[in-house]
Amino acid sequence: MTAIAGGTTGTAARAHGLDVERIRADFPILSRRLANDRPLVYLDSANTSQKPLSVIEAVRDHYARHNANVARAMHQVGAEASEAYEAARDTVAAFIGAPEREGVVFTKNATEALNLVANVLAWAPGDLGVRAGDDVVITEMEHHSNIVPWQLLTQRTGATLRWFGLTDEGRLDLSAIDELITERTKVVSLVWVSNALGTVNPVAEIARRAKQVGALVVVDASQAVPQMPVDVSTLGADLVAFTGHKLLGPTGIGVLWGRRELLAELPPFHGGGEMIETVRMDRSTYAPPPARFEAGTPPIAQAVGLAAAVRYLEAVGMENVAAHEQQVTAYALARLGEIGGVRLLGPSEMVERGGAVSFVVDGIHPHDVSQVLDSRGIAVRAGHHCAKPAHARFGAQSSVRASGYLYTTEGEIDQMVDAVRYAQQYFGVA
Amino acid sequence: MDLDALYQEIILDHYKRPHHAGLREPYDAETHHVNPTCGDEITLRVHLSDGPGGVTVDDVSYDAEGCSISQASASVMTDLVIGRSVPEAMQRHQEFVELMQSRGTVEPDEDVLEDGIAFAGVARFPGRVKCALLGWMAWKDAVAQASAREESR
Repeated sequence: MTAIAGGTTGTAARAHGLDVERIRADFPILSRRLANDRPLVYLDSANTSQKPLSVIEAVRDHYARHNANVARAMHQVGAEASEAYEAARDTVAAFIGAPEREGVVFTKNATEALNLVANVLAWAPGDLGVRAGDDVVITEMEHHSNIVPWQLLTQRTGATLRWFGLTDEGRLDLSAIDELITERTKVVSLVWVSNALGTVNPVAEIARRAKQVGALVVVDASQAVPQMPVDVSTLGADLVAFTGHKLLGPTGIGVLWGRRELLAELPPFHGGGEMIETVRMDRSTYAPPPARFEAGTPPIAQAVGLAAAVRYLEAVGMENVAAHEQQVTAYALARLGEIGGVRLLGPSEMVERGGAVSFVVDGIHPHDVSQVLDSRGIAVRAGHHCAKPAHARFGAQSSVRASGYLYTTEGEIDQMVDAVRYAQQYFGVA
Repeated sequence: MDLDALYQEIILDHYKRPHHAGLREPYDAETHHVNPTCGDEITLRVHLSDGPGGVTVDDVSYDAEGCSISQASASVMTDLVIGRSVPEAMQRHQEFVELMQSRGTVEPDEDVLEDGIAFAGVARFPGRVKCALLGWMAWKDAVAQASAREESR
């Protein structure tokens, strides 16, 4: 079922060991036909990825055979469910290079993981907490989920929100890094790979400066973990957030990884079942991490599905996934570059660049471009991709975004490019 | 997924040459509406006046940024409501909203909706209904504000 690297059917043109056709056969939705018998051309993977059969089957099998609550069910199926849930934690920990399984907290999604951090830092006692007079530093290319929680935190505490601006190329402007990250800085929170511009940010370099001033480093890795090998132990980050559904897993599960000693010092986020040691009517004491941050019944089947997704990616090899993303993205940038009247947002060269390809077409609103593409079965995202400030920086209200994954072919990019040209003819701007 | 069913000539004409566009004085109320999912925006002003047939929509002016559907819809709307009494204009608003929410099951009345009947096809594209309603919602909101001000005077 799983397409393993280095098959014998490869072509000379393939620069890496990933057999796209074999991989595509593992994704049932990719054989769907849409209106007018058009095949689905799915170029919206930065929004959510499609799921291989092994993930779908893992979730089905869990509900069909092992369903029970975790930790609090003492019976046989309860033990099976608990074991599967905790095994998923081990699988995820190994996948991201987490030194300890206790550093992996399951959340609802990356948004909840980032909100968790921004909230507990308001409540954290002593030097760890964010207070009036402190600075929180983010960047202008963040997803709204890494902007709004910090706005809420700084507004509520009286701290100051500051941010890195962007260069015309769509990279972080690091020229004033020493004036931006100072002794007042408590937290630096940044995206690793931009969901709108595709930029890969120099996390290690920024983390080095943050460490000099004793600031915590939070990384939104939602677009990074699905597409490249990740080792949180050498990243320089204290806390890393990502989501399961963008890496072939189910919706409803995200991950917050944190250094164990740091998590142990942070107060709870949600209160409820299984996050406690003991509860009396007047007060409670709390479980150590990760349970402290997993109040209530967690996403159990989703964790099982996420583990299956991680196993699928490991079998393909993240080096191969990354090489394929680079190849398909380079091809998309080159092909779009051939079309007059198309302007790219973000880096145009494949240097420190991920797979989100956002563009505007002169004279056609992104909604209308995507509508024409959709009429040909091509699914892209049109809008601000929850990164309004990044769009505003480049004078765009919105854009069209194409984003592939390990199942994306160059033929699909060709179809998109043809459809963009057709949209130009249709709206009379060619 | 017939593109021509969505992008009627009338819609593309209004998109390319919008009627009553731009912000004008005088006005009684100004609203700003956004479609949060795509970022489309409209700033819209309404000027009402007392006429023999009751309160009349004297002028609707707007500054909008958005897709062809939202732009064309705002343009068609101004044609439909300017010069009408507020109840008449509200009636047209109601009919247009019903058409948009019909998923293609309502046959529009050309005598009432004029160029607005071109949006019947939009009703079959659920993702675009919000685009078509953006200007109308901003207008309704502005009329409500202007009327409330009128009454409190």
